[in-house]
Formats: sequence, C-alpha cells, structure tokens
Amino acid sequence: MSTRRRRVLVIALAALLAPAANAGPDLGRPLSDAEIAVIDIDIAPDGDGLPKGKGTVADGIDIYMEKCAACHGARGEGATAPALAGGLGSLDTKAPVKTVGSFWPHATTLFDYIRRAMPYDRPMTLTNDETYALTAYVLWLNDIVGRKEVLNAQSLPKVRMPNRDGFVNGWDAESK
Amino acid sequence: MNNDVLPLPRFEAVSAATPAAGGGLLTRRALLKGAVAIGAGSVLSAHAADAHLAGALPWQQAPGRPFSGYGQPSIFAKATERSIVQLYGPSAPGNGASFTPLHLLRGTITPAGLHFERHHHGVAEIDPARHQLVIHGLVARPLKFTIERLMRYPMVSRMLFIECSGNSFRNTLPEAPQVTCGEIHGLISCSEWTGVPLSMLLDETGVAAAANWIVAEGADAATMARSMPLAKALDDAMIALWQNGEPLRPEQGYPMRLVLPGFEGNMGIKWLRRIKLTTGPMHARDETSHYTDLLPDGKALQFTFPMGVKSVITQPSPGWGLQGPGYYDISGLAWSGADRIDQVEVSADGGRTWAVAALQEPVLSRSFTRFRLPWRWDGAPAVLMSRAQDRRGEVQPARDEWVRRYGATQRYHYNAVQAWQVGTDGKLRNVYA
Repeated sequence: MSTRRRRVLVIALAALLAPAANAGPDLGRPLSDAEIAVIDIDIAPDGDGLPKGKGTVADGIDIYMEKCAACHGARGEGATAPALAGGLGSLDTKAPVKTVGSFWPHATTLFDYIRRAMPYDRPMTLTNDETYALTAYVLWLNDIVGRKEVLNAQSLPKVRMPNRDGFVNGWDAESK
Repeated sequence: MNNDVLPLPRFEAVSAATPAAGGGLLTRRALLKGAVAIGAGSVLSAHAADAHLAGALPWQQAPGRPFSGYGQPSIFAKATERSIVQLYGPSAPGNGASFTPLHLLRGTITPAGLHFERHHHGVAEIDPARHQLVIHGLVARPLKFTIERLMRYPMVSRMLFIECSGNSFRNTLPEAPQVTCGEIHGLISCSEWTGVPLSMLLDETGVAAAANWIVAEGADAATMARSMPLAKALDDAMIALWQNGEPLRPEQGYPMRLVLPGFEGNMGIKWLRRIKLTTGPMHARDETSHYTDLLPDGKALQFTFPMGVKSVITQPSPGWGLQGPGYYDISGLAWSGADRIDQVEVSADGGRTWAVAALQEPVLSRSFTRFRLPWRWDGAPAVLMSRAQDRRGEVQPARDEWVRRYGATQRYHYNAVQAWQVGTDGKLRNVYA
C-alpha cells in the first residue's frame, strides 16, 4: 500500500472513530479544588456548604442596625425594602404576608442570600461570622431562635422554619 | 401637492369580504385580496413642467448625514422606548424592570435595546478578560472556560422568547390597570440567541450518576442563583454569547447568559459564571421566597418552570388606538413555553364568537408567533380578545378560570386571555372579561 493510500485509510478510520456530532473541542481547562473553594458559595438545606464561624443574636444587633435597618426597618417590619418578620398564619388568607418567618422553608437560604446579595449597597462584603450573626438576628425577630442561640454550620440546618412543609415541588409532580 | 402622486393601498376587496365572526372580523383570505388591490391604485397623474420640484421634500434637497459606528433609531421614533419600574425606589435603583413596548413593535424579533430587563441588583458591567465559566460539582472533570475559548466552540442559533415569570402581573390586580399593552405584557421579548449547547460542555466535564439538578449562578451584585433539572441542561439549554447577531448587551448578561427555552426568565441566569451539578435543588431565595406560586390554601408551588400558552393583541391595544371606523389589521403575538403555537382565535364581540387568525410563518417552538386578522370596525363599542392553543392542545385560560386556580394574590405565571375594550373614540381600555 502506497503512503498516499495508507494516509487516506487513516483519515477514513479517524472519521469513523470521530466522536458524536455533539462532541465539543474540549477547550476547557482543569479547575482546581482551591479555585472551587473561593467560588462555590451555595448553601444547601442540609447545611452542605456552610462555612466555619458563628454568630448570635447579640452579635447581629449592631450589624443589623448599621447595615440593614434603614431599608428593612429596625424590627424587620419593612420600609423601602420588604418586611423580614411577621405575617405568620397569613398565607391562606386574602392578604398573605410573605416574610422570612411566615414563608421561607429553610433557614440555610437566609444565610446563603445574605452572604451573596446583602446589604444591597455593598453585597458580598460580609464575613461568615457577620452572616451567621445577621441570620440569627433575623430569625430572632421572627421568634424562631432564642436570644442566646449560637448559629454555626451544625446548628443552622437544624433550625426548623414555621412554613417548612408549605411547599409542593411542581416539577416532580409534573414529571411523575 | 396632489395626493395621487403618493398612492395609498386600497382595500376594496376587503370591504366585500365575508365575515369570519361577529363584530366585523373578516376572513383571513381578505388580506390576500387586499394585497392584490395595492397595485391597482398606483397611477401617476402629475405631468406639469418641473412638477418634481413641487414634490420634493427637504430630505431630498440636501445631503443626508454621514455614517455612524452604531445605528440609532429615527429621531421621529424616539418614543419607542421601554417603560421602567423601580420596585424599591431610589434606595435600590437597580431592582426593578423595564418593559418591552409590545404595542409599538411588529414582527417577532425584539431589538436588543428594547428587550425587557429584570434586574435584582442592577446591570453588571463585566470585563470579559476577568470573567470565566466554571462547571463543577458532580462531574468527572471540573472545568473552566474563558470567553476566548468558549468563542471557539461550535454554536447553535435559535429564535426563542424569554418571559419573566411575573409578566402580566398587573392583570392579577383587582382592578384592571389602565396602562399600555407593553406595560402590562412587556416582560417578554424574543431574540435569535446564539451560543454553545450546555450539553456539549457537560459531555466534556462528564456527569456523575448521582447528578439530578444543576445550580447556575451569575456574577452580578445579586450573585443570582437558581436550581434547575439536569434534564433541561442536557436537553436544550444554551450558553448564549450573541443576541440578534451581536454580542449580548450588558442588560442581557454580557459576556454570557443561560437561555432555557420556554422556562421562566429568572432561571436564564445572566452574567453566568458558575454551574454546579448537584443531587437536588439548593432552595435559593429566588426559588423559595420569590418565583413560587402561592395558592389559596396557603401552600406554594415550587419549581413551576415552563411558561404557559398565551397571546395578546398588540395592535390595536392601549397605546395603539384607532383612527376612526374602517379597515384595520388586528395583529398580536402568541407563544407557549412547551411547544409551537397551533392556533390563535380572535373575537371582536367579547368572546361570543371567534375566528381563526392567520399565523405568520415560520411558527417555531418556544418563540414568538405573530398572528393577524382583518377587521372592519363600524365605530361601535367592541371588545377584542385573542386565545392561543399550542400543539399539545393546551388552551389559554379565561381570566376567571386562572383566578379560580391561583387566587387573588398570586402574581406569577399569569397567562389568561386579554380583553381590550374599544371605545367609540377609538381608544382602547384594559378590561377583565
């Protein structure tokens, strides 16, 4: 077999072995654990992703007054931004009030959201301790934790929210 | 200046057309007959010497302006703008929405600069050199992609609408709001999106058997995150880098966003920076406290992703009035988050009788479909409505049917039939019917 003919055969075989049409050029580069650690900020309801650190209601009061109260009200009653507390028992009425206390099913969501998106004018600037403390304060405003409660990666997922069973998974229901 | 040097289309054939339903609706074929009549009117009759000088207009008698790097609308079309709502006023100026002026647009493509916006923490201005997409979690190989690398991937283009889950929320209020069609229904737009199929990137990272969901996250000041089924990611999700042929606008997530055909807009994470494969949803704020559907019994439906079948008459509508009795082309938009539009019916008598509208080809799945029907308005009060059906047979509900299901306080996923009341003055009002 001539070199030329052999080359044609090799090309033909390569075409046969080529990946499916959907296969990409594989131009991504490996992502290290260290790189993941600084960018993966998701907190799951079971507490997966919660960082080290802790905070109490007392720790949270000053931070809340300085960074949150102007928009959410001193007692979380709402001002220019939505209310964070109140509304318990209102969901099946004609005037439902959806707050952290009355509506949110998971306490972990509060930590996750405060850390990624609050305070509005300076998001992603709070430390983990500050975030635990603010989470504790907002839960205390809703009578969900006591004043002495210490929130950390172990205790936060155990906080049971009043509306924990208030949600129906529409996607799973549709798929079944 | 003679009127006959600028011949106008004539529609004699339309006036003789057969009614298709009550209230002056004509058959779809009337349009074609009308089109034939256009040529018949083109007769020039000015023969006087130098008559062309009398007919010349200022923009014919001086050179036009030169070129521009990026074209702008006519100064006479400046009113074609988005309407802006800031939900929390000056304390959070970047939290709110701007509405596409549907009543001022035709066709099915929304210009990028008029695409609706819903931002929770303002518009991020991202330097693409400092931005990358990472994919990690339940994968065999966590990978990162720079914009330059992603730009080298094979890309697909699709015409797709994006609709905010809260679109038409104003029609969930107890009193029908008297604002323009765009201010009611304009949290939807339709573009040609071009980008890399997410499934292609997931092929490269590999997907662990335990993975069932993904979490997508943006690099804006909200670091917006949403969970979605892995099945959608593998089916038709796209990492879009181009919109209507040009790079994404910052308001649409430059340098890249997620596009999930038919799913509620909030899930199409803009300024996309990270995708994590997980066993289940993360229950982010925007899939628990927001973007869930509170029902009258106090329970809330979560993860209701596809947008329902829906339509609206855009011309005439509040914001696009009538100029007196006579012929009009009723024109509107229909769409479904699940499939192609199969049929749109139009009523001019408040839903007593209906006629089937003509659909502009191509009719594409999860895209805008333009419908139209000729109408002779007799000058009397009328109520115009449209009702869409998709290929699965899902029909757009009446308003009272929708309210029965969701109650009076649910604001998401409103897709009920819209009624426009035509007054004798030719103005249109939003009515609940």
